[in-house]
Amino acid sequence: MERAAVVRADNKDKGGNMLKPYLVAAVLLATAGAANAQNTQQEIERYRQMIADGNPAELYEAKGEGIWKQKRGPKQVSLEQCDLGLGAGVVKGVYAQLPRYFKDADRVMDLETRLVHCMVSLQGISEADAKRNPFSTADRTSDMESLVSFVTAESKGVKMNVSLSHQKEREMYQLGEKMFYFRGGPYDFSCATCHGEDAKRIRLQDLPNLTNAKDAQRAYTTWPAYRVSQSTVRTFQWRLFDCFRQQRFPALEFTSDASVALTTFLAKNANGGTLAAPALKR
Amino acid sequence: MADPMKIRAAMLGDKVEVKVLMSHIMETGQRKDAKGASIPAHFIQNVTAVHNGKTVLSAQWGPAVSTNPFLSFRFKGGKAGEKVAITWTDNKGDKRTDEATISA
Repeated sequence: MERAAVVRADNKDKGGNMLKPYLVAAVLLATAGAANAQNTQQEIERYRQMIADGNPAELYEAKGEGIWKQKRGPKQVSLEQCDLGLGAGVVKGVYAQLPRYFKDADRVMDLETRLVHCMVSLQGISEADAKRNPFSTADRTSDMESLVSFVTAESKGVKMNVSLSHQKEREMYQLGEKMFYFRGGPYDFSCATCHGEDAKRIRLQDLPNLTNAKDAQRAYTTWPAYRVSQSTVRTFQWRLFDCFRQQRFPALEFTSDASVALTTFLAKNANGGTLAAPALKR
Repeated sequence: MADPMKIRAAMLGDKVEVKVLMSHIMETGQRKDAKGASIPAHFIQNVTAVHNGKTVLSAQWGPAVSTNPFLSFRFKGGKAGEKVAITWTDNKGDKRTDEATISA
């Protein structure tokens, strides 16, 4: 409403007519708009609290645990011996320290990349098959979304603690930082265009300013999340994939170095924040 | 075979508060797929809750209920340690029953 009024005032300005009444209307509407925006924000917060009690992500966590323990692939073994960073088979707290450098793969990996690695190395599934279905659609579910829900839920309440002690981790962080500020695509957008200033929003969605620690923590620690509007859990890989789509960037390849670099940058900036994922979002 | 429900049941004063998450697609029958063909309706029609052989809740649902529904209700007469069983039946005849123990 606020924006519509302002636009209309601008249009009239070009014609030179009726500028004054429209400007007055614009100012009035802007004032009302600010109050409305605040009420709306409170109401959205209230709605979030109401639905937080029955987060369907729990269904995905249970399903993911089943997949984790199920013997699968040509080698017919489960993922239970998968090393997510804190030793083979340890799931508790691992998400707080990802992405990290893994010596066996000589690569910095985020959770999804590591899960793919384990499917390939432990279960003998081909890399193409392991990566085939990272995001669910209306007519097929994704095992990856369930697995990620299970693993991240085991880090609930743990403080983010991503380390940059290895040279490759530092390189990934620096690459991610570069990507965050890199402007490109038909809109000449960077991540920072939407996420580099306070109090920005798209429609009613407040955009976190990922350059300040508080916003970065709140954003990162609530992904993955069950998206009510999409009826599924979305992973952090999906979140970045969708940001790229919204920027009209080339499609972000699942578990690519680019995706891991950006994740490393954002995860490290969220250090100190307490994980609350999988969360529940609109 | 449908995925299991997630049921929590706990004493709240003299009542039992039950919270149920069901895994179901809840397709309305109104939507069309990429080729323009209707996606057939597929949704939960009946939900019942049974405690000590007695039905404490019976509900008829329709396609307006969301995907992966969440149901919360309270009933009198239950005690900690007893069990509550929830059953849903959908319009394709698929059925699922899960049980939870009431916690203090």
